[in-house]
Amino acid sequence: MSVLEQGYLTLETGEVFEGILIGANKDSIGEVVFNTSMTGYQEIITDPSYAGQLITFCYPIIGNYGINAMDDECISPSLAGVVIGDLCETPSHYQSINKFSEKLMQAGVPGIAGVDTRLLVKTIRSRGTVKGYLSKAKQEKFDENKTIPFWVEKVSTKKMQYFNNEGPHVVLIDFGYKKSILNALLDENCCVTIVPFNTSFEKIKALKPDGVLLSNGPGDPMALKQWFPEIKKITQHYPTLGICLGHQLIALAYGAKTEKLAYGHRGGNHPVKELATGKVKITAQNHGYVVVDESIDAQVFQITYRNVNDKSIEGLKHRRFPIQTVQFHPEAHPGPSDTHYILEDFVYQINSVGDKRYAIK
Amino acid sequence: MPLNKNLKKVLVIGSGPIVIGQAAEFDYAGTQACIALKEEGIQVVLINNNPATIMTDETVADKVYIEPLNVETIEKIIQKEKPDGVIGTLGGQTGLNLTVELYEKGILQKYNVALLGTSVESIKNGEDRDRFRSLMIKIDEPIPESAIIHTYEEGVSFVKEIGFPVIIRPAYTLGGHGGGFAHNEEELENVLKKGLAASPIHQVLVERSIKGWKEIEYEVIRDANDTCIIVCNMENMDPVGVHTGDSIVVAPSQTLTDVQYQMLRDSSLKVIRELEIIGGCNIQFALNPESNQYCIIEVNPRVSRSSALASKATGYPIARTAAKCAVGYHLDEIVNPITGNTFASFEPAIDYIVVKLPRFPFDKFPEADRTLGTQMKATGEVMAIDRTFEGALNKAIRSMELNIFSLCLEANKSIDNEVLFEKLERPNDQRLFMIAEAFRRGISLEEIKQITEIDSWFLNKINSVVSLEVELASYAWSDVPLPLLKTAKRHNISDKLLSQLYSIEEKQIRSKWKELNWKPGYKMVDTCSAEFDAITPYYYSTWLGADEVEETNSRKILVLGSGPIRIGQGIEFDYCSVHAAKAIKKMGYEAVVINNNPETVSTDYSVADRLYFEPLTAEDVLTVIEKEKVEGVLIQFGGQTAINLAHDLEEEGVKILGTTVENVDRFEDRKEFYQLLEGLNIPHIVGETVSHKDELLAAAARLGYPVLVRPSYVIGGQSMFTIFTEEELNYYILQLEENSSQDKMWPLLVDRYIPGLECEVDVISDGKNVIVPGIFEHIERAGVHSGDSISVFPPISLAKETKETLIDYAEKIAKSAPIVGIMNIQFVIYQNQVLVLEVNPRSSRTVPIMSKVTGVPMIEWAVMAQLGISLDSLSNDTGLLTEPNYYSVKSPIFSRSKLKGVDHVLGPEMKSTGEVLGLGATFHEALEKAFPSSSDETENYLFCSISDREKQASLPILQQFVNENYKLAATEGTARFLKEKGIAIEKVIRGNEDVNELFKNNTIQAVINIPNQGRNKIKFGFYIREQATRYNVPVFTHLDTVEAMVSLQAQNFTKSEVRTVTEYYNIKESGVEHVKCD
Repeated sequence: MSVLEQGYLTLETGEVFEGILIGANKDSIGEVVFNTSMTGYQEIITDPSYAGQLITFCYPIIGNYGINAMDDECISPSLAGVVIGDLCETPSHYQSINKFSEKLMQAGVPGIAGVDTRLLVKTIRSRGTVKGYLSKAKQEKFDENKTIPFWVEKVSTKKMQYFNNEGPHVVLIDFGYKKSILNALLDENCCVTIVPFNTSFEKIKALKPDGVLLSNGPGDPMALKQWFPEIKKITQHYPTLGICLGHQLIALAYGAKTEKLAYGHRGGNHPVKELATGKVKITAQNHGYVVVDESIDAQVFQITYRNVNDKSIEGLKHRRFPIQTVQFHPEAHPGPSDTHYILEDFVYQINSVGDKRYAIK
Repeated sequence: MPLNKNLKKVLVIGSGPIVIGQAAEFDYAGTQACIALKEEGIQVVLINNNPATIMTDETVADKVYIEPLNVETIEKIIQKEKPDGVIGTLGGQTGLNLTVELYEKGILQKYNVALLGTSVESIKNGEDRDRFRSLMIKIDEPIPESAIIHTYEEGVSFVKEIGFPVIIRPAYTLGGHGGGFAHNEEELENVLKKGLAASPIHQVLVERSIKGWKEIEYEVIRDANDTCIIVCNMENMDPVGVHTGDSIVVAPSQTLTDVQYQMLRDSSLKVIRELEIIGGCNIQFALNPESNQYCIIEVNPRVSRSSALASKATGYPIARTAAKCAVGYHLDEIVNPITGNTFASFEPAIDYIVVKLPRFPFDKFPEADRTLGTQMKATGEVMAIDRTFEGALNKAIRSMELNIFSLCLEANKSIDNEVLFEKLERPNDQRLFMIAEAFRRGISLEEIKQITEIDSWFLNKINSVVSLEVELASYAWSDVPLPLLKTAKRHNISDKLLSQLYSIEEKQIRSKWKELNWKPGYKMVDTCSAEFDAITPYYYSTWLGADEVEETNSRKILVLGSGPIRIGQGIEFDYCSVHAAKAIKKMGYEAVVINNNPETVSTDYSVADRLYFEPLTAEDVLTVIEKEKVEGVLIQFGGQTAINLAHDLEEEGVKILGTTVENVDRFEDRKEFYQLLEGLNIPHIVGETVSHKDELLAAAARLGYPVLVRPSYVIGGQSMFTIFTEEELNYYILQLEENSSQDKMWPLLVDRYIPGLECEVDVISDGKNVIVPGIFEHIERAGVHSGDSISVFPPISLAKETKETLIDYAEKIAKSAPIVGIMNIQFVIYQNQVLVLEVNPRSSRTVPIMSKVTGVPMIEWAVMAQLGISLDSLSNDTGLLTEPNYYSVKSPIFSRSKLKGVDHVLGPEMKSTGEVLGLGATFHEALEKAFPSSSDETENYLFCSISDREKQASLPILQQFVNENYKLAATEGTARFLKEKGIAIEKVIRGNEDVNELFKNNTIQAVINIPNQGRNKIKFGFYIREQATRYNVPVFTHLDTVEAMVSLQAQNFTKSEVRTVTEYYNIKESGVEHVKCD
């Protein structure tokens, strides 16, 4: 191990957290968010939805089982950095090929260890959205980053990718998709075409899909405002599933509004209630924005899921079209797979409805 | 669905006496559940015959039946109370088995009592190995290759098929009792036969061993709407093979990837759904360390020890939630009481690590077999919380109160490598320290891993603590670098260890921290990793973070808890701690409680105003005191644990409430104690302190045999023996030399042994007035530890004058010391003289019982006295209070079958783990309810082996048994003697073979075996008692117990009534019978 180097996480609200720098040797700035999952750090740091964010791990010991060859959610992590408590440099797992710190280094992600992450979490909660600066030197003055990058553009695929299979054809619109969504579709025997986030309806139509999935992704959904009409058009023509950002985009496309949560839902223990059955499912979540309850037109959408704790909207179903959306992550990874059936149901729906209903050519 | 409004009255079945495998966790669960039901306006009827529990307080349940836990009694209660429903999944295996029995006998149906929560079908699907197995095969969940076996031959042929090693698990037993591993045919014969005998339905599971796999547990809750959640998962450091109750456990799992975590979570949900459990359930998995292959080891369809641990580890109240689910609620309708604004339908996320260490009784039983396997041996456990494994481990180690503060034990440094490797290989209670020693010797991690099969994540962490200790030891206090000290504290290396390493006072270390302004921070256990605001004041300390616990300006008093449950310091002190906290609250103070036992009620978030889950050492207690600025500390309720801290606290200027530390000392120091008694003209036993073998022999001769001998450094009767001859004394010295180092062996205390009647009183005192709620008379004469003797209240053979003398002595002692608060005095009455045996300036084992049977709030009054309130303002009566018109008999319960190699012969050292209480209108009714029950077989054999000393005295007693149509079997000498005296002997037992034949072929009602000394493995008597344990036959080792037993023969109890505790109070007619009269 290299010599321990002292570093700092400075919040725009003035608080400074000391620690030991790990990972890539560079300063970084981003919104400081926290995740309460006790396992799944590898999936979390490779989830494109965290683009531009500094993730704080609530669980204080990170790196225990190392990094393996299977669990990455994307090829190149786009998060701004990680903040952890105790770094485990002696991982133990039969699949482990790397240490956590090595992974950060390879991915060019800086991090800081030895931080009282609980204090940081409480600070974030009391402040709402907070930006942080991760650096070698103490930041006297917080460098205001004026323009917020358009993260979806940065993480979305630049060209189409096709995965052949025997089942129905699903177009996965990539706003920063997690590999697990693709895997879940492939497991259901779907052919999958991954398309860039800005793919037009016409282009998608040309692919002759049986269904469309709008993926998760980073940032404010309003940053994609100009594509709302296209999204609406796509969903009116194909059985659609929206996940996380995809859910928000569909709601927005139909005239609903979104707002920023005080400090987001990020973790693997979020209870959502399936309103039709009253059953509660534990879900993986990772979102900072939420669909505003009052903005939903009850004539257009039926609310299917609600968060048990803050009662916020967790899922929608279009009253006429076969469109379903969920704010949580049915593909899990990390987190519980209680709602995996949503993906299965989606594929089942495509199979049973298919393009019979949409006889548009 | 909300509350089922048809439920007006619910019966809760408790778990009975504490035995290894079923301990205080069920008081915690039961109490929480009773309160949860009462909140809903449901009337709670409780049956439990364990008097040391909070749940049997009439403030917890509406109607409390302290009556025998059997189906006949429960039926009577059902008949009388007509409850609408019954919950049986909160009373451990005992409650579960009784519930199944009530159902199968048609009793629940007959009285139209709904079984709430998990159904009997589900219970059986989880418990019956055969049904469980088929169910798992049906839902495609892996279980180890196994077969249900009913006969020995069947077992042998199955093992031929699957090969060794195999594991044998008997159906329906506590804590895996009667099970074990077999690596070869010889072991198979032994374990299989034992297992079949241990199972009440003669059924065992034989399965291929998956030893060495990781053992992972999940705590799951399901409601009637099929919503399921995981409260917590836990990883055992010890791989499969060691009972989870005996394993070092961490929460959450540390070495599982999310994929593995979720794989086992999915499996857990699948299983709980298939079993249709409503409430809590524990699922144990084995996970192959080299793949994602797993299998389900076991399911407990009820709350368990693990669920208590999971509740304390996360803050999530499992028993409370399970009770709410049982009466109709869905999880999303139950508010999470920790946050107050989220719901029970979520999965706790924690931002710390929890380490649980088991507490074993081997310090008391050096003769016991210390290897660990599927049979649980621990009597208790400690839990520690920190933000690193190293920190939590170090905290847990010092919470054990074994006087160990380091991983590197001095005693281990001299053992041979060969012994070391053996101790690494065969799991035993010392293995953690052996691993540390191996690292200290430079043995490689790979090698240690290969031998122990423990995951290298844990080994690396242990190694890092060892390296830290070694590095610290390489410096002198004056030159140890600050960053190293900082690391040490961050890993929670204790001040005590630093003081040992640097040969300085702890005080000096504390002042160094003050100088540097170093101190730990306190964080909250909130179920949600700070995602939501929490309102529950449940805290732990860490040197890795800021203090987030806000100070309050209220007046506060600290109660020191009693730490892990061990023989001699059990649940009764938790009872006292809980009541002390309640009394403080009642007086308008905030109650601050420190304890580290996850099983108990005192560590429930609702008991204290501020709960600190911390080790009970000077260092940890002082920092809490400093933080909370408590006005005073109560040390009389946490057993010896709290008393032992008194000095250190006082030295730091902490105010100890009640009896002064100086006065406490006067009772601990023998010389001062005798001086005090002599000054008051109170007779005491004569004794001497000796420092050499010759001195000892001379002193014994001077005092006259029999004598009572014990080392001076131990408390609670440890290594204490009654010695009848010089030959025995020589043997004792030999034994002691083998088991302790020379410097620790001397001095010894030697007392004249007085075979008189023993009594004890608990005295509440304000220094001027005393209140003695009652006198407990022991059935066995002095020489048997008070915790192990049967005792009765009111006394049956004390003359009025004797009682007056007892109270007079108690008053004199209380006033002269003075005692402010509570104390316990033990007396012996011999030849019309009352002598004082012992004074404990604290609450005692009998306090919960006496409080319950007299209705006197003893702890509350003792606390008030310590806060300066005079007793005459609390009670109109002082002195000895009026005796009630009913009888209470307390009988000890031993975990005989759990501790191989331990001789449970009655003697001055305590060996019981729990107790039952029998209440009755007459002494005999109470005695019958408290006595070990014997079966109703027609062939009534008694097997006798009586030492020469007691042969004569045994005659009239054995004659009575013969008159009651018992047949006698006896060992040679006893047989000869009895025949001479005209008593017929059916069988003469000449050797081990005969003993085996006797037990195998006959129904033995009881073994009456009065040994010379006991605890000597080479003696025939030891073998007899061991075999009796194997065959589950009651053993009586004291004639006084036998005499009480025979007195029951002439009684007829068929009309015995069930009564609530209140109904007993209201008995108007006194059923006083004087059985023995001096």
